[in-house]
Formats: sequence, structure tokens, C-alpha cells
Amino acid sequence: MRFIRKTSYAQDIDLFKHNGQRFWYGILALAVLLAPLGLDRFLLGEMALVYIYAIAGVGLMLLVGYTGQVSLGHAAFLAIGAYCHAWLLNQGWPFPLALAAATGFSGVVGIAVGIPALRMTGIYLAVATLAFLVIVEQVLSHWVSVTGGFRGMPVPKAELGIDLSAPVAFYYLCLLALFLSMVAALNWLRSPTGRAMAAVRDSETSAESMGIHIAYTKTLAFGISAAFTGLAGGLFAHKIGYLAPDAFTLATSIQLLLLVVVGGLGSMHGVIYGAIFIGLLPQGIALVRDAAPPAVSQIPGLEAGVFGLILVLFLIYEPDGLYGRWRKIRLFFEEFPLYRRATHKRQKTYLRTERLR
Amino acid sequence: MEVIQLLISGVSQGCVYGLIALGFVLIYKATEMVNFAQGDIMMIGAFIAFTFINLLGWPFIWGFLAAVTVMGLLGALTERLLLRPMIGEPHFAVLMLTIGLGFVLRTIAGERWGSEPKTLDLPWGSAVWRFGDVTVGGDDLAVVGGTLALCGLLYLFFRFTRLGIAMQAASQNQLAAFYVGIPVKRVFGLVWALAAVLAACAGVLAPGGVIDPNIGFIGIKAFAAAIVGGLGSLPGAIIGGLLVGLSEQFAGRYLWPGFSDVSAYVLLLAMLMIRPEGLFAAMQQKKV
Repeated sequence: MRFIRKTSYAQDIDLFKHNGQRFWYGILALAVLLAPLGLDRFLLGEMALVYIYAIAGVGLMLLVGYTGQVSLGHAAFLAIGAYCHAWLLNQGWPFPLALAAATGFSGVVGIAVGIPALRMTGIYLAVATLAFLVIVEQVLSHWVSVTGGFRGMPVPKAELGIDLSAPVAFYYLCLLALFLSMVAALNWLRSPTGRAMAAVRDSETSAESMGIHIAYTKTLAFGISAAFTGLAGGLFAHKIGYLAPDAFTLATSIQLLLLVVVGGLGSMHGVIYGAIFIGLLPQGIALVRDAAPPAVSQIPGLEAGVFGLILVLFLIYEPDGLYGRWRKIRLFFEEFPLYRRATHKRQKTYLRTERLR
Repeated sequence: MEVIQLLISGVSQGCVYGLIALGFVLIYKATEMVNFAQGDIMMIGAFIAFTFINLLGWPFIWGFLAAVTVMGLLGALTERLLLRPMIGEPHFAVLMLTIGLGFVLRTIAGERWGSEPKTLDLPWGSAVWRFGDVTVGGDDLAVVGGTLALCGLLYLFFRFTRLGIAMQAASQNQLAAFYVGIPVKRVFGLVWALAAVLAACAGVLAPGGVIDPNIGFIGIKAFAAAIVGGLGSLPGAIIGGLLVGLSEQFAGRYLWPGFSDVSAYVLLLAMLMIRPEGLFAAMQQKKV
């Protein structure tokens, strides 16, 4: 057990609580920076995909995990980012400008969706965002002059002096984007607006009585969340290379929600765990499928079923997600002979009804 | 003439949405849980009816009753195994859980019955009546008649039976219901069973009688219908279903192509912006 002696106020909001954390995060940084030396192209591509998922996860986590607003429509923001980025590249915009514009545009759309969403909470909000996703899907399929409709739209190569679409360069690009998103999100969370978001999540009534402007906070959360997801969408466009409307469906939204739930709601560590989980699960399923008897391996839609099953099991048995599980394991070792099971006994929870508002 | 034809197909499709929406509303009213898997439960119900009627060759009425019974049991079992541990958890968690359940059900159905579309043997088959330019299918009549009959039965059930009144009490105030001796948890199980039974009826009556593992997706439109009608109001569910069904038919005919798929959601968004509590409000403002 480590006790931190605080000697300055800055320590309270420091991103790293003690030197041990600095050491281990340093090791992690070295490992991901040196990864291209030891991994082949396929694994590098998979890791880049994990980073992209993590960027989208940062966006969704800010909204779902920290502001408490559920969105089933984040695939729409991913699609808007991807299409906007690819379209601008096709118009001859330079890569960084196109990516920034796609991020900004997604953010603006997010704010536009967030304003009508102010009047809704919980289940109503989830369904409204779902409706938004379906409408965006239809627009993508039918606005042929811009999106190419069902035929799809090729994504030009990312170039900035060097070819950024090459595996190693793309890996570093995604890593850099994830690093910047993570730092931005973490800093944002310890700013007054970030604290306001958590207050809105915990109780709107008490947040309002403390002088927090709820409408402003929620709309901003929607906008920022959509912007991160749009950034992920821009990178995702390069990853898949060819955009078609069926790459951004309700299943994609659910996958992103699975990411934040399995990772652990309300923690940025959870985003990374969840992204690793989401990114590598299809590969894992493919491996098991090869090894399994044909009766199992030929089930159509097995992957979606496994996703659903894992979601159900996590929600029932470990609502804190992978990060919550890891914290329990860590506490067990920290307090080793004195660990008591009851520390993490689940408390009885009561539903806050939405029928009376 | 065209308008009448569209009205007929809109109403019969709307009845299916209405029946699924009834299941949503029942569960939401009683347990304040949102069951996104309702459409997939309907799909499973249709497949079980298919097993009894087509594969085992039972007469329609017995196969239908058997399917309804099995679905009722499955509904209660789902509540006991998956939803009981979630009592007191936030709405969002239950929503995610039922979405996951829907995916699992779809995979199970794909494994068990295959993913090719199947046609249910129905006694009214492909019977069609013509009145001038207007054609009325036997399936249209069946679904409208079935919906009316079910609504009547539900009304009688909630009005006159002990269990129906206990369900109403549990949905109005859980704690008070518990105090007066209603076994609230068992009532919740029965509510889920009832919702699954309604879903099975919707699955059998759905016009066309074609079933495949993906028909559950219309559950999302039915959910839009439930919200348009006001989540928490039983007549609202049916009316919302009819509105969604009609808007779909008319939008597909008179507006640009592809709009028929979105019209339910446009209706939903418009309703959420103008009157978020739905046509028949069941929510009240709380004074702080």
C-alpha cells in the first residue's frame, strides 16, 4: 500500500499521482513507440485499428461515462468524419487540413444534434440518437453526388511529404492522434467543464443548483464527443480504404458502446482496455472458429452473437468492466494478507425513475 | 382508390408495430425496463410457431397455442435469469443488456433454423378479396382482427382479473404494491411472459408470413411507435403503431424513394422535439 504525502496543491490534479506511475507509463510509451521494430505488418495494422477504436472510445466515454448521456448514434459521427475527410481529400485538400476540418465538422453536427437532445434523457435520448443514425445512413446511401451511394467512395492516400498510409507511418499517425486525444480528454476532465459534466451525470438537479448551466454542458459534451469520434472516423477511412454506407450501422454503434461498457464506464483506462478487447475479439473469434468443429464454426452471424453474449455477461457480473476488475485484482495484491472480499461487495442500488421528472 | 389501398396496407403493418409496441409498453410500465429485444422475441415466436405448424405438422390453432405457451415460458425465464439481477441498475445498462440479448437470439435462430426466409403455413394463406381496384388480403384481415381481439382481451384482463389489477398496481407504484402483499417480482416475471406472448402473436400474424432471423429489426420501428404513442400508455402503443405504419406507406408512395425506411424515425424525432412525452403522456413533472 502506497501513501502519498502531498506537499503542493498541484499534486491534487496531477495526471500522474506518483513516480511509480511515471515509470510504468514511460515503459508503456517506449513499448508502443518501439512496437514497429518487432511486429509484422498485419499486427501493426491491428494495433492501429485498436488506436482508432480507442479515439472513438474516448469520445463516447466522455459522453456516456462522464456526462451520463447515452448515444446509440455514434456510428453516424464516425461516418460523418470518414466521409467528410475522404471528400475533402478528393477535393484536393492537404491531409492535416482535411482531417482537422472533418473533426470540426463532426463536432458541429454533434452540437446540432445535442441541442434538440437537451430535452431528452435516458431512453428517449438513446432512441433519438438511434433515429439520427438511421437518417444519416439513408442520406449516405441516397446522396450519390457526394457519397457515391451504395457504390461507395474510394479514400485517397494520406500524404504529407511521406506516404502516411504505409503501415509503419500509419501506425505512428494513429498513435499520435490517440496520444493527443487522450491528453486533451484527461486535461478537459480535470477542468471546470469536465467536473461540470460529472456533476450533470450524478444529479442534474443538484448540478443546476450549484450554478452549472446544464444545457451548455450537455451540448458541449455532445460536440466534443462527436469531434473525437469524427477524428477516429477520418483515420478509419484510411484504415478501410473504401467507404460504403454499410460500414457504419447500428452494429458499429453497439460495438462502440460495448467498448465503453466492457472497458469500464467512467474511466479513461477503460477506453484502452475496451479498444483492445473490441479490436482483437474478431481475430480471437476467427481463431476459435478455425479450431471449432464445423457445427459451431458454420453458424451464421456467430460474431454478433458472441459480442452480444459478452455484453450481457459483463453487464450482469462485472458492470465496472475490465478496468473495475483490474482495480479489484490490484487491491488484492496491495493489501495482500489483509484483503477482505466485502470491500467490493456490490451495494444495493436503487433506480432513479425517469417517469417523474 | 390508391389511397384506400395504402390505408389498408398501412393499417395492417401498423397493427404489427402496435402489437410489438404493446409488449414494450407493458414491460416499461411495470418494471421501467426497456426491452430492445422485443423484436427478436417476436422473431423467435414466429420460428417456434413455424416449428410446430410446418415442421411438426400440427393444425394451425394448436401449433399457435403451443407457440404462445412456449413463448410465455421463455419470457418468464428471460426475466428470471437476465433481468432480475438488473433490478435497480440504470436504464442504460438494461437497454444495453437487451440489445445484447437481441444479438444472441438472432444468432441462435440463425443456427437453429437457418438464415433463409421461411414461409409460415397460415390457414388464410394467400386468400385475396377484390373490391373494385382495392385488394384486401386474408393476412391483412387476420392481423387487424387479431389485434382488435388481443386489445379486447387485454382490456378485460386488466379491468377484471386479480392478476391484471395486481399488474396495474405494480406498475403504478412498486413499493405500495409490495406493501399490500402483491408478489412484485413474480408479477414482473408474468409481465415479461405476457409481453413475449404478444410478440409471438405479432410474429404469427405479421402480413406475408415470411420469417428469417433478421425480421426482429422491425422491433426498432415498433419502439419508435411506442414512443410516439407515449411510452407507458397501452392505447398509445397501438395508435403509435398505426401512425408509423401509415406514415411508412404514404411516405414510400408520395415522397422520394428510400423515405419509407426513415419515415418512422422522422416521425419519432419530430414527436420528441414537439411533445417528448408522446401523444398519451404517462409522465408527470416532479416538483423539486
